[in-house]
Amino acid sequence: MNFLRKLLAPFSKLSNSADVSQVGTPYKDSKQAYFGHDGMHEILVGTGQSTGIERSHNEDALLVLTGRSAGETPLPEFGLFVVADGMGGHRAGEVASAVSVRTVARKLTEGAILQIFDTADDKESAPLQELLREAMEEAHQAVVDLVPGGGTTLTTAVLLGHQVTIGHVGDSRIYFIDDGKTEVVTRDHSLVERLRELGQLTPEEAENHPQRNVLYRAIGQGANLEVDVLTLPAPRGGHLLICSDGLWGVVTDPDILAIVNGANHPQTACEELVRAANAAGGPDNITAVLIRFPPG
Amino acid sequence: MRRTTRPLGDQPDSDGLEKLQPGITLQERYLILGMLGSGGMSSVYKGRDLHFPNVTRLVAIKEMVNLIADQSMYEMVVRNFEREADLLATLSHPSIPTIYDNFTHKNRSYLVMEHIDGDDLEAILSETGGPISEERVVSWAIELCDVMSYLHHQHPEPVIFRDIKPSNVMIDHHNHVRLIDFGIARVFQSGQKGTMIGTEGYSPPEQYRGEASPAGDIYALGATIHHLLSGRDPRIEPPFSFAERSITDINPLVSPELEIVVNRALEYDPKDRYASASNMKEALISTAKRTGLLSKPSVAAVIAHSDKIEELWSFECEDEIRGTPLIYEGQVFVGCYDNNLYALDEKTGEFKWKYAAEGGITGKPAAEDGVLFVGSEDQRLHAIAANRGTLVWTYYTEGPIRSSPSVSDGHVFVGADDTRLHVVNMINGRRAWRVQASAPIWSSPLVMDERVYFGCESGDFYCYDFKAEMKWRKKVKRAITSSPLLVDGMVYVGAKDWTLYALESENGWQVWRFRMGGPTMSTPTYAEGKIFIGCGDKNIYAIDARHARESWRFETDHQVTGSPLVHEDSLYCGSVDGGLYCLDIRSGRLRWKFHTGGPITGSPVVSDNVIIFGSTDHKVYALIA
Repeated sequence: MNFLRKLLAPFSKLSNSADVSQVGTPYKDSKQAYFGHDGMHEILVGTGQSTGIERSHNEDALLVLTGRSAGETPLPEFGLFVVADGMGGHRAGEVASAVSVRTVARKLTEGAILQIFDTADDKESAPLQELLREAMEEAHQAVVDLVPGGGTTLTTAVLLGHQVTIGHVGDSRIYFIDDGKTEVVTRDHSLVERLRELGQLTPEEAENHPQRNVLYRAIGQGANLEVDVLTLPAPRGGHLLICSDGLWGVVTDPDILAIVNGANHPQTACEELVRAANAAGGPDNITAVLIRFPPG
Repeated sequence: MRRTTRPLGDQPDSDGLEKLQPGITLQERYLILGMLGSGGMSSVYKGRDLHFPNVTRLVAIKEMVNLIADQSMYEMVVRNFEREADLLATLSHPSIPTIYDNFTHKNRSYLVMEHIDGDDLEAILSETGGPISEERVVSWAIELCDVMSYLHHQHPEPVIFRDIKPSNVMIDHHNHVRLIDFGIARVFQSGQKGTMIGTEGYSPPEQYRGEASPAGDIYALGATIHHLLSGRDPRIEPPFSFAERSITDINPLVSPELEIVVNRALEYDPKDRYASASNMKEALISTAKRTGLLSKPSVAAVIAHSDKIEELWSFECEDEIRGTPLIYEGQVFVGCYDNNLYALDEKTGEFKWKYAAEGGITGKPAAEDGVLFVGSEDQRLHAIAANRGTLVWTYYTEGPIRSSPSVSDGHVFVGADDTRLHVVNMINGRRAWRVQASAPIWSSPLVMDERVYFGCESGDFYCYDFKAEMKWRKKVKRAITSSPLLVDGMVYVGAKDWTLYALESENGWQVWRFRMGGPTMSTPTYAEGKIFIGCGDKNIYAIDARHARESWRFETDHQVTGSPLVHEDSLYCGSVDGGLYCLDIRSGRLRWKFHTGGPITGSPVVSDNVIIFGSTDHKVYALIA
């Protein structure tokens, strides 16, 4: 105990709770929660999902896979975060989203994550952006083969060290929440968004448009799938939110910002986001994955 | 009432998507020879009509397999098919293939048509690998307008093709246009949540409302022509974004008159397009007549001539200047192949002093605290007082030094042909530490955040910390002669294997790579979200750093070995063709070109709005930006 007190003494001014035994329980104090082994900074992750109020099934799927290490030559912190929002009659939506999430996770685990553990310092794996693009294309083929008529959005984030590489098709979104503002870093592949970009619709008209859910790109649909792939530095001290339109289409960006910044842990934030979406009517399935990055 | 047929041969009774194999005969009449193409629910086979046993009468057999589970939608697809078949039976136009027969078996429907010997435009585009000449495109476009006009004037209802795109247009061996696929397998499912309506890039905006009109066909024709002339596939771009890709920007050989015709066909509002296909045809014909008379310049318009560029001063040395100058404390320092380091006045170019090494100087000098550091082929790193050119100290390596030194944290970092990276105390010239690479190091080390990054001639790239411990290493197949760039946690470095690599700086993970048309020795530069780099394939590239996509490229007349410089909204870069180019950073358009008497292999530098660079014509130039 004394040893712990000594170790944490410089930080105790920051924490509200004087109880040193709270170290390792992230829910109590958010700042305390960052300092794991020997002061190594680590991410915190939360997830939330709900069928919503109006729908009878949940056609959304999510997956989170993270890893951290410590030691003399620690591995970079890594994580795989996937959200898929399925569509199509009967059970096609549920199966399409589940199949695509699994396919992309398997492909990335084999191609990228397993390589992280490789001790040879001369790694020969393909660039991450190419692996991610191929993984999403494989997910597309899997849905085409296994779920005729089915489709899904698919938004994947791969965290490696301090860089986030994103693969995206559809109208689920990734938000970077940093410095008191929210920024959508993905592009909605909906016709309505395209028309809004062209100035043919105002944002208000786009929000209420009867065909706002019509997509021009989706996994499992169309012959030539084009995946948006990009890499950004992780928002240090900020958040990354991946969510389906059951969340962003219903809860405003300022409300999302308030909920995310107001929670002491991303898990509480996700639960609150889902509550807010349902309180606003819950017209669609709701999915959220929230990552909080330590300050740099 | 549909005729149904007896199942024949080995064709299994199946409801799946199995394709017909060669050797199967349909209707005891059509022998399947092979597959011509397929997609989704439909396939096209090459067949032979056995009712003409003495000759080979080829036919094209279109098959549609109706897999729709929903009953009313299934029936709708069947009705669509019948309607299209009936329509084709009544049409007669040289661009429309003749239909001979149609039949249905279980959930498969067939159309037997004239076989066309030729290629569709999608195949022609992929074979050509780029834009197609205006001459060919205009002749095809005129024929397409002609058949559109014919279809739109049918009675009682105009026939809207609804699906004009390169894969639906064939060019036969007489170079005539043939429309194929009158929508046999097309199904519209509008309105449901998340439904894709297959806007494949060529369809007009009003199609998402389910509206089909002659103006829609005109848009789709415009989209097809745009693809042919620009080489850019609209299916991989956001929909309705043709205005963002000006044809003449991408392909300067296209006449502006033709671009105007295409843009009108692509107007967002149907009312703003050509009122009829025949109007568009007239516009195309008059374009063809006019441009046939004009001779086109082969290069995009240059905004200013090089004799209007203001040369502030120039200075002649005794041999080639291969490297990059340094501007420091009012002076310009440049190494020359005559073994000297020259010091010139920054404002006037007046000679101040020169320092003689015993070997050529090809690198860029570094400076700190009034001392210059420069390597030479005489195997030494020289530390020289900047004000008078007097020697402060020399440090010996075991091979020529071609790399440019970097100064950081009180030390000078430099690579040498002796395959080592040397880290030398700035004040006294004593070695602090050194590490071994696998080959000579020509690239300049990048020092940032207590890490050193450098590549070597074997293709190995290293990251070391200040304790001389290797943090990571990346191997590529050819030499890394250029220096790396580090921005936002990512290291960007080019190699002679024709590739620009983007590596995550902590662990060396390859995040993306961009392939160019030749080896590169150019160090990349970053500005406005883009990476700029020169290449041995004569191009200067601008690459979006997030998406790893080419934003633009500019072709010079010879290799680009130096590195580009960004200053305000211009990019400056020299080429082995002897020119210093000034390009607009956003579009890559040429602003001006300044000619020198020999290849430019180094990079320009800037101070106070003056661009300074050296050339192998022995001169150092200072130009007003």
